[in-house]
Amino acid sequence: MAQPNNAAAFGRGHGPRGKVKLSGNEKMVFRRLMKYMFLEHKGKFILASILIIVSALASIGGSAFLGIFVDSYVLPLKGQADPDYSAFVGALCLMGGIFLAGALCTYLCNRIMIVVAQGTLRRLRNEMFSHMQTLPLKFFDTNTHGALMSRFTNDTDVLRQMLSQTIPQLISSSVTILGALVMMIFYSITLTLVALVFVAGMLAITQSLAKRSGKFFLGQQSSLGAVNGYIEEMMSGQKVVKVFCHEEQAKERFHALNEELRRNATKANVITNVIGPISNNIGYIQYIVVAFVAALLAMGGTWAAVSPYGWIQGLSGALSLGAIVSFLTFVRSFNMPIQQITQQFNSIVMAFAGAERIFEILDAVPEDEGGNVTLVKVTEEDGEYREEENSEIWAWKVPEGEGFRYELLKGDIRFYGVTFGYEEGKTVLHDISLYAKPGQKIAFVGSTGAGKTTITNLINRFYDIQSGMITYDGINIRDIRKSDLRRSLGTVLQDTHLFTGTVMDNIRYSRMDATDEECIEAAVLANADPFIRNFPQGYQTMLTADGANLSQGQRQLLSIARAMVSRCPVLILDEATSSIDTHTEALIEKGMDKLMEGRTVFVIAHRLSTVRNSHAIMVLEHGVIIERGNHEQLIAQKGKYYQLYTGAFELE
Amino acid sequence: MIKTLTKSIRQYKSRAILTPVIMVGEAAMEILIPFMMTKLIAVIEAASEAGTGLTMNDVYSILMYGGIMLAMAIVSLTCGILGGKLASEASAGFVANLRDDMYDHIQTYSFANIDRFSAASLITRMTTDATNVQNAFQMSIRMLVRAPVLFLFAAIMSFVINPGIAWIFIVAAIVLGLVMFILMRRVQPNFREMFKKYDKLNSVAQENLTAIRVVKSYVLEDEEIEKYQKATQDVFEYSVRAERIMALIMPAVQIVIYGTMIILLAVGGVNIIGGGMGVSDLTGLLSYSTQILSGVMMVAMVLTFIAMARPAMDRISEVLEEKSTIVNPEDPVTEVRDGSVDFEDVSFAYVKDAEADVLQNVSFHIRSGETIGIIGSTGSSKSTLVSLIPRLYDVKSGSVKVGGRDVREYDVEALRNAVAMVLQKNVLFSGSVAENLRWGNENATQEELEAAAKQACADEFIEQLPGRYEYDLGQGGVNVSGGQKQRLCIARALLKKPKILILDDSTSAVDTKTDAKIRAALREHAPEVTKIIIAQRIASVQDSDRIMILDAGRIAAFGTHDELMKSNELYRGIYLSQNKGGDEDGTAE
Repeated sequence: MAQPNNAAAFGRGHGPRGKVKLSGNEKMVFRRLMKYMFLEHKGKFILASILIIVSALASIGGSAFLGIFVDSYVLPLKGQADPDYSAFVGALCLMGGIFLAGALCTYLCNRIMIVVAQGTLRRLRNEMFSHMQTLPLKFFDTNTHGALMSRFTNDTDVLRQMLSQTIPQLISSSVTILGALVMMIFYSITLTLVALVFVAGMLAITQSLAKRSGKFFLGQQSSLGAVNGYIEEMMSGQKVVKVFCHEEQAKERFHALNEELRRNATKANVITNVIGPISNNIGYIQYIVVAFVAALLAMGGTWAAVSPYGWIQGLSGALSLGAIVSFLTFVRSFNMPIQQITQQFNSIVMAFAGAERIFEILDAVPEDEGGNVTLVKVTEEDGEYREEENSEIWAWKVPEGEGFRYELLKGDIRFYGVTFGYEEGKTVLHDISLYAKPGQKIAFVGSTGAGKTTITNLINRFYDIQSGMITYDGINIRDIRKSDLRRSLGTVLQDTHLFTGTVMDNIRYSRMDATDEECIEAAVLANADPFIRNFPQGYQTMLTADGANLSQGQRQLLSIARAMVSRCPVLILDEATSSIDTHTEALIEKGMDKLMEGRTVFVIAHRLSTVRNSHAIMVLEHGVIIERGNHEQLIAQKGKYYQLYTGAFELE
Repeated sequence: MIKTLTKSIRQYKSRAILTPVIMVGEAAMEILIPFMMTKLIAVIEAASEAGTGLTMNDVYSILMYGGIMLAMAIVSLTCGILGGKLASEASAGFVANLRDDMYDHIQTYSFANIDRFSAASLITRMTTDATNVQNAFQMSIRMLVRAPVLFLFAAIMSFVINPGIAWIFIVAAIVLGLVMFILMRRVQPNFREMFKKYDKLNSVAQENLTAIRVVKSYVLEDEEIEKYQKATQDVFEYSVRAERIMALIMPAVQIVIYGTMIILLAVGGVNIIGGGMGVSDLTGLLSYSTQILSGVMMVAMVLTFIAMARPAMDRISEVLEEKSTIVNPEDPVTEVRDGSVDFEDVSFAYVKDAEADVLQNVSFHIRSGETIGIIGSTGSSKSTLVSLIPRLYDVKSGSVKVGGRDVREYDVEALRNAVAMVLQKNVLFSGSVAENLRWGNENATQEELEAAAKQACADEFIEQLPGRYEYDLGQGGVNVSGGQKQRLCIARALLKKPKILILDDSTSAVDTKTDAKIRAALREHAPEVTKIIIAQRIASVQDSDRIMILDAGRIAAFGTHDELMKSNELYRGIYLSQNKGGDEDGTAE
């Protein structure tokens, strides 16, 4: 999804005639990036800029002094019998002072820029992550993890170089170029013009090279992406590869992708590598020509007498030997920053692409916060509710006219003619109406793809319905603040996810203020306690994201314990026990009963024994409820449920 | 470690060696050009001092030196371009080899090896780390020889110009080298620490992405943000700490260079005044001073690069040096006689020094062609037990035999071709249905594909897919539902025409009716295949020849359905709880 944009960014990076010109969009990206740098570090950035300028000026000043030095302090003393060295020494000290100040400024500026650059990156990362947390699930459905992760890694990495190196480099280089140019003009306009001709050539060549390398870099990045994607897929399926002895075939494809990457990487790097030598040697040739012309000019005085070329002298006056020394030094210090700038072209192009991709995330439209009905803790006094922090009773705070009305949180959920599709024109649920009274257990049964999980996704507003209405304790869920709505729903998903942290942390994840005792109690109820205690560090055992060495079933038990810790009045169990054997399921039944006690529960399960004791069972097919009722009623109906249920006994 | 990596240079060896040689040529030109420059200036200077103006000889001299310089610039340019080209070919090629080698080596890994590295860390090693090594390598071959040579040439030239003054450079270079060395040593541990924090940062983001539904369900966005911000703060602090040391490098270099220049001017100035030296000599020495010291600096920079790439190098060689825990025996058996399975006093643990074994002294015999059901509570090591049959792991003690021979005597590929296993956490790959099925048998005909799909009850929904067998499944098979995925995995395993088929809870997302249909098809079409079925539902295993009940890594019971119903309390309990209707609810809890 981001790739085409990326490609476009590269395309825009270079104007029609191969110049690195900023299009309107890139100017915006640049301005925005600068704003990020400025926002937090305005003072530091300005200070750093001043320091860079001072440091550059010191370097120029020092070089200028070098030229004057020979002419003003050395040559006059030459041949004197008893030369007075005081001015000579004083000049050296002054020069030393200038250089020292320059070095000091460089150091201070570097120190400041490190904080500015790293601080900007931290800020960008934090903002990107925070913003990502607000995005709707649809965003995560449509972007692969690999693509999103690379915003946090590759794209911020290229910015680092640009922020901490390229920008100071550009400022310093511009000052040096400008300073050197002024000094060069001061010494000789003619020689300056000669030098500039070469600079123009140098810029033209390197820019056209940079343009080509941009193309190859894009190629490199995209084949790197392909390799990355392939490795990601194959590594997560590596065990399947082993079981099928598919190693050789897996290698073949990888080698092909890797070869493609090698070719692109080589091309991109060749150009980057040759830009240096090319601009360097153009610099040499320029040096030679300038020196030659300078020599002619130096000779001008004597030549004028003996040759018709006296007009040369008229152009700029005769040059002293010291001036030639200085001028040539300036030519070098003039070329150096230009070469440095040309070598930064790539980093600029890549950083812009990175920034653009980062801004793409920052610009993604967040999930709306929902309505303004909030969840509060209350106490009851003479039929009146009062908000009370320490209470255990939850209530909805519904704005009404000027004031508020409190509605006790009970867990009554109703669907009125709900129709929904993940994509427009593809309806997944058709006109679903159902109710779940507080404390009822509602089960959804049906083949995969029938829309069971979708229904639960609508209750917590992961997705918004296209028509119809869902109410929670009589309130339209659209009017409830999303975070409060979700806080009141405990969800156990089929795909269990554990986080890096201790077992205890993972159980506590559903309610951060739960005590250790509460967590352990939940683990006991979920029958997770025995295996947890078998770990060397018990509840303090560190788990990794993969939860290595935990079986699927054990992970589900942890998820259930997690749900038990939360005190939500409504529970959604989406295939929560699919990997738990029926024996263990029987063991945790008590725990589950306790978990469900007084709570409204939505259960999705393949295993009909899990759903049999529900108050109501909904049989879904193609997004439509085709049968509903309790177990006995549905069996009596001899419909789809009956078929499913008796299917299990077909072979008896 | 270095040796492990350099093995991958292979066909790029000549380029890797040639590059520094050519770079020496460039360095030589870079030194000689300024030398010619001083010669040229000396000519002008002499003419100027004589006050006679330029003679024809002088003009020739100037033209000659200019011409030589031009030729040198062209040589330098050629060397530079050639070197740049060779360097990028060598480094990109080397690292491509490195990636190939890593990938190939990972293919030899056993399950135990794979468990040791997470998929995410293997990905980082093959991409980010490899790129870091590529940059460091390219930098090394371009600069590591060139820079010292530059230094050496410049030093020699300055001695040629004026040996009395050139010693200043030697002192300066030593000072600079020393300063660099100290800074490098100090910065290294900081970088190492920073990379660790960086890994942590990425893992927080990665976990958040995979578990976004959990995060949103429990409204824990703020906690996640806090976690992430702590990680960015750590990265910030360690980066700043490391880079602050690096920030000393530039000013230190400047001070040494400028200090050298001033000393040069002082000594040179006195000598000129004393008449012992010409202005051109001083100019030449000044220009060499920058070159000598930038040579030293370049070496330092390359060393920094290498130091920064060091953690990446470590991580890559870790992958390459990892020894597969499962290797083919010397003289492997390539033919699996039949589908019989024997466990003789088998104990197993995933980690060597585990306190308790996950399988303890398990012994049993399965006849070829038998159908065996395995049930047991969560964590009772059902999956572990069956994974020993295709030798995904090696036993700790005892022996696992297939076809009457210890699995360790077989060629691993031959064994695994004979034992098809459908994993609990199964995976499909991007590509069409047919492509995925052909994993089981590359040369399977369309008819064979369809037959296998039919047995796995996958034919019906495949027919419904747009493009049928050519339908693209998407990455990880996202375009089909869980139950459909499982059926495709079974069909894929069937295509191997195995002697033993293991289904590890492979029908958990398939409805009971289809589940039964699949088992019936297996019985009918593959009667000679030994079938081992792990299931949660008794219904899935009750028609097996025998049923094994596992409990905490031991066999609790092993017999037919009827036997177990009679003799095993646990089994009967589960059976009743799963199968009885409402009327018996009271008795069976």
